Amino acid sequence: MQLIACPWCGEREENEFHYGGQAHVAYPQDPYALDDEQWAEYVFFRDNTKGPFAERWVHAAGCRRWFNALRDTVTHEFLAVYDVRAKHPPTTSAAPAAPRRKDQEASR
Amino acid sequence: MTLPRDNAPARPSPATTLNRAPHPDAGPGDALPDHPDFLWRNPEPKRSYDVVIVGGGGHGLATAYYLAKNHGITNVAVLEKGWLAGGNMARNTTIIRSNYLWDESSGIYEHSLKLWETLEEDLDYPILFSQRGVLNLAHSLQDIRDSKRRVHANQLNGIDAEWLEPDEVAKVCPIVNVSPDVRYPVLGATYQPRAGIAKHDYVAWGFARRADVYGIDLIQDCEVTGLDIQGGRIRGVRTTRGPIAAGKVALAGAGHSSVLASMAGLRLPLQSHPLQALVSELLEPVHPTVVMSNAVHVYVSQAHKGELVMGAGIDSYNGYGQRGAFHILERQMAAALELFPVFARAHMLRTWAGIVDVTPDASPIVGLTPVEDLYLNCGWGTGGFKATPGVGWCYAHTIATGQPHPYNAPFTLDRFTTGALVDEHGAAAVAH
Amino acid sequence: MNTPFRAHGHGHVDRDTTLSFTFDGITHTGHPGDTLASALLANGVHRVAGSIKYGRPRGVLAAGAEEPNALVQIEAPFPEPMLTATTVELYDGLVARGLSGQGRLSSRPDPARYDTMHAHCDLLVVGAGPAGLATTLAAARAGARVILIDELPRPGGSLLGGQELLDGAPATVWADGVVAELDAHADVQVLRRTTAFGHYDDGLVLALEKRTDHLGATAPAHISRQRVWRIRAKQVVYATGAYERPVAFDNNDRPGIMLAGSARTYLNRFGVLPGRRAVVFTTNDSAYPAALELADAGIRIAAVIDAREEVPEHWRAACHERGIGIRAGHVVTGTSGVERVTRAHVAAFGRGRLGERQGIGCDLLLVSGGWNPAVALFSQARGALRYDTGIGAFVPAHALDGVRTAGSASGTFTLAGALADGVDAARRALSAIGRTCRTTALPSPAPLPDAAPAHVLWRVPSPQDDQDGAKQFVDLQRDALVSDVLRATGAGLRSVEHVKRYTTIGTAHDQGRTSGVMTSGIVAEALGVDVADLGTTRSRPPALPVAFAALAGRNRGELFDPIRVTALHPWHVEHGARFEDVGQWKRPWYYPRADETMDEAVLRECRAARTGVAMMDGSTLGKINVQGPDAGVLLDRLYTNMMSTLKVGRIRYGVMCGVDGMAIDDGTVIRVAEREFLLTTTTGNAAKVLAWMEEWLQTEWPDLRVHLTSVTEHWVTIPLVGPRSRDVLALVAPGLDVGKDAFPFMSWRDATVAGVAARVCRISFSGELAYEINVPAWDGITVWKALHTAGGAFGITPYGTETMHVLRAEKAYPIIGQDTDGTVTPQDLGMSWVVSKKKPDFVGKRSFTRAENRRGDRKQLVGLLPADERVLLPEGAQIIATSEIPAPPVPMLGHITSSYRSDALRRTFALALVRSGTQRIGETLYVPLDGRTVPVTVTEPVLFDKEGTRRDG
Repeated sequence: MQLIACPWCGEREENEFHYGGQAHVAYPQDPYALDDEQWAEYVFFRDNTKGPFAERWVHAAGCRRWFNALRDTVTHEFLAVYDVRAKHPPTTSAAPAAPRRKDQEASR
Repeated sequence: MTLPRDNAPARPSPATTLNRAPHPDAGPGDALPDHPDFLWRNPEPKRSYDVVIVGGGGHGLATAYYLAKNHGITNVAVLEKGWLAGGNMARNTTIIRSNYLWDESSGIYEHSLKLWETLEEDLDYPILFSQRGVLNLAHSLQDIRDSKRRVHANQLNGIDAEWLEPDEVAKVCPIVNVSPDVRYPVLGATYQPRAGIAKHDYVAWGFARRADVYGIDLIQDCEVTGLDIQGGRIRGVRTTRGPIAAGKVALAGAGHSSVLASMAGLRLPLQSHPLQALVSELLEPVHPTVVMSNAVHVYVSQAHKGELVMGAGIDSYNGYGQRGAFHILERQMAAALELFPVFARAHMLRTWAGIVDVTPDASPIVGLTPVEDLYLNCGWGTGGFKATPGVGWCYAHTIATGQPHPYNAPFTLDRFTTGALVDEHGAAAVAH
Repeated sequence: MNTPFRAHGHGHVDRDTTLSFTFDGITHTGHPGDTLASALLANGVHRVAGSIKYGRPRGVLAAGAEEPNALVQIEAPFPEPMLTATTVELYDGLVARGLSGQGRLSSRPDPARYDTMHAHCDLLVVGAGPAGLATTLAAARAGARVILIDELPRPGGSLLGGQELLDGAPATVWADGVVAELDAHADVQVLRRTTAFGHYDDGLVLALEKRTDHLGATAPAHISRQRVWRIRAKQVVYATGAYERPVAFDNNDRPGIMLAGSARTYLNRFGVLPGRRAVVFTTNDSAYPAALELADAGIRIAAVIDAREEVPEHWRAACHERGIGIRAGHVVTGTSGVERVTRAHVAAFGRGRLGERQGIGCDLLLVSGGWNPAVALFSQARGALRYDTGIGAFVPAHALDGVRTAGSASGTFTLAGALADGVDAARRALSAIGRTCRTTALPSPAPLPDAAPAHVLWRVPSPQDDQDGAKQFVDLQRDALVSDVLRATGAGLRSVEHVKRYTTIGTAHDQGRTSGVMTSGIVAEALGVDVADLGTTRSRPPALPVAFAALAGRNRGELFDPIRVTALHPWHVEHGARFEDVGQWKRPWYYPRADETMDEAVLRECRAARTGVAMMDGSTLGKINVQGPDAGVLLDRLYTNMMSTLKVGRIRYGVMCGVDGMAIDDGTVIRVAEREFLLTTTTGNAAKVLAWMEEWLQTEWPDLRVHLTSVTEHWVTIPLVGPRSRDVLALVAPGLDVGKDAFPFMSWRDATVAGVAARVCRISFSGELAYEINVPAWDGITVWKALHTAGGAFGITPYGTETMHVLRAEKAYPIIGQDTDGTVTPQDLGMSWVVSKKKPDFVGKRSFTRAENRRGDRKQLVGLLPADERVLLPEGAQIIATSEIPAPPVPMLGHITSSYRSDALRRTFALALVRSGTQRIGETLYVPLDGRTVPVTVTEPVLFDKEGTRRDG
């Protein structure tokens, strides 16, 4: 169980939070301008990035506020948390330079 | 004694009969047969193959086997980035059943179950397939409705299924607590007697050994780093052991399917999540069947040696780290003791996690892709193991003929565009 | 009472107290401070159990958690499967037996309590041996908040098992002094009998404290037996020591074969002589202190067999002094004996060849193949490991930011080195969190000559020509042999993970502590590769087996999941309600009278609602208050119909869809004020709907000025239903004009009901004249009782969820989640009228035009009337087109979602989702049931009062 830094409450246990999937997927400006395939992209397709991933979280058992996070899906480490209204994730230079956690494959 | 690394000893005859008799002085819990003296060669990759299968897990190996057996295609390589069957195949809880709700699902899973029923003879490998039945418990009135709906549908689809009242549940599995005094009492269960478990490594190695006998190259420590696509058609793969040309490429990378597909510029409706499982120490037989409960979230069986094998809940977030959070396991233990108070002093011996690739409708994607001669098999979520022979059979057909087999035809990628989903959220063991 | 193998003047057990225990049916004695293993050895019992595969006698190999052999089943005071005798603290009345592989679970419920504690600290030190004590002491003196945990009842670790001196006094005296100082620090907590078993992200370490196990039957019932500690540490130091490993040779599994360091521990910690005449087989220096101390305690050391050609002079001299012969460049090739080792076979060994064999009689064969640092937890923390060729073991490659090792866990095996390393670890750990750590004066051990290099030896070649005939055990618990490993590599396996699975090595509960590195070594030799390249198998949590019940803690029974009840719940209980679980709620299902069946009760409740008056507890409905200038805009975007045009004082029914166009919830929306709405959700979906709305509001439309508040539990909600409901309401709300025109359908009024300020809504989920009375939860019971009393003259009848379901089904009001399954649109439900044509967009709308949604043959909600009006169709039954059931797979047209006996219709009926249902109205379809089919007529879904004449009374 990780500690997740809620932007409003500070570090709290992971089980206070709910996951919200990929961030920066805006509701289409005009859904009716999209064909079915483009609409399906919005409804069903989300990035499944291996590595740093901009995603949404909500502090469900706390302040109930949504926020965005940049998290490494391999190490699970949170690289940054930021405002849900931001248009883009923070640049990597704003995030810690190197992930602290290295996944070690002892079997190799 | 040392063995040269790539020397291939004489291949065994496929008809090798394996020693299944336990040692005369065997203690309890030593029911496992030995593995054969020879499993597979460790060949260097060739420059080119008719078919390259990316992913040496259960699905990849089964596909290779059925390509050779059913379609006579043997100039095939299975590329595995780690060790064969070391991903989800090595990490699952080995439950086999076909009691899915929708016709499309029950079709392919029942096809798979029928193959399981003869697989041991087919592979000449003791895969320890044990048809000990599976109970899916109901804990609410809506659970009962959903369960009975599934039973009725299964019966009409020719799948063995019945509804059991709580006292009948207790007869099938006496250790389930069917008392009305628990937090979520057992109100009944669906029962599929032909369901069961098998021994995962034995299954994978059974397929691998036979594929090797057919001359298929199983290449480990060979990670695919790129797909060579020209003019909308696949030409080969780039790997950590050099480029390999291929007439056809079939992806079977389970949790890493999105990563592989992105090499072809394909975006898949998948999310990869950690899923944990655990075993206890070896115990005298107490649990005669397989029990699953969505509401209390338990799925547990007792494996051949005597250990309790239990699946935990899925971690909510995307993760490729093959590890999950501890509170999921604690919750799992509380759930297990709700239903099985006798497990109180069993010990959690070992835990691990796999990576499950989950689709929006909890059904897989198996078939063609927009790239010619590139095929896709992914999105099995928590259900991949039980499908192993079935999907291997159908995927091989798809690759060999360029057309989906009727059983995998509904599981297209474009169902997400048309809306023709196969929504199996109710049937998946894990509510995702 | 004394026992034959107690060594006088040795050990930390309390010999003034005698404990009685029973093993394999024989009663023995021991002392507080003993483990079951030490007590057995003190009584001369070496054979503990038969092995799992070959049934061979097995004894005690080790003295701690690494024990692969001495498995026991506890039978009393309460059965517990598969513990190691070396970790079971002895208590009076213990009954145990040796275990051959499979443990036994009790069929009785476990009476013990288990619980969980959270703790936070600057520094967590795991292991109270010399390194861990030094770390803790240095950090404590620096003022850090430290937790020290150790698996033993007494701190000291390896010091308890040796005879080292520190500053000229026994090292345990120093350890006791350190612990006394630590106990005096307010910010230091020392947890004894506590073992770390899991390392998770962000410094979360899980540890198991055995609180009452050592008390046996006298354990107080109110104290938890075991406790899981969830320790969140800024820094962790693993001072977890090292495990000695054996060497494989023929028949290396017999009782009486023991790790050299463990024998030393039995002597020094427990005062136990594990034999009378010993042969010592070593590859390194560490077995010499064991040999010398055991010799001094009276064990005859028949020979020291050292695989190395060169033995350091000081060990030679010390052995010579005691008349112990050393055979350098020799190995043990095998053993004799059945129940106990009787002879060690010894031969010269050089350049891969064995010399002439010679037998040496012994009842104890001590083995040391070197030491493996205990790095499982460090490895769980994803610390990288490095193979150290000098010691033949994997050691931490480098510290992590928040996790490091100290002492022999780092590969530092001398006492002086461990102490210094411990202080250094404290300094580094505190420095990483911005604290300084002053120098700590360390005690000095007796000077030791430099250690000579070890000979890394995994196995001794078998003198038997036929490899298969030799039994050289690698994993004793799994009965896995060197020949199994070689068979695996011969089969084509190249990965240690494959070899592990082929041989089952390392899968037993000791997780291969004594066998893992040996396996890597043997595989590497067989394949001609470096152990460093091959690696070892991965350490996985838990580092020690943990009881399921300990992990479940207090979260069992009614604490497994919160039970939610309404403010009226006690009344329902008093009045004999049967309850239904709906989510976490307990809802009254029906209220049977004396001898009534459920059917009878429900028909009676229905009749009351349709002909007189009835009331139910609807408080579990989710209620969300929506406030703000843009409240209407938000609701317009989330409901399929228009909400912003709703007038204050009016109510509208609404449906929400997912983005995929499928119905996800429904309920009513009332406009409280220009900028305030109150909406209801289904009971089970309340939290989900609130989360859904918050998600859209916060992440998609943060510009909307809206606040959402759950008020579910603020209100008691009482539907008052039936033709006489107006009369009853008039009695309890004299100030409210309940007239049809003054208080029209789908409107609400503030009123005083039974003296309580209430909001009364005129809505109906039954088609009858009905009111929904909402009052603050605190006053709910007052109002409920007042309604019940006032309705007495009209035969007012409380009803439960079952009757509610029947009444609404007669009117074809769907239940989301029962008549829908996530694949059903509002149009499929026949509710196109609830889908706005005017709104340019709302969530779900775009999906309605997808190909699959435009199909004419979608499944649609219809009514079904069985030809035989007494036949109650099972909910969930499937529907087919033919009266004969064809061979499978049978084409299915749909399924029955709801099915009831109707008092109003005087027959059974059902709702169903049927392919092209609305086009089939009037058709006869068939429901297969028990091998035959039941004919049913497809009807419009609304079966009762189609004209809606009853809702105004």
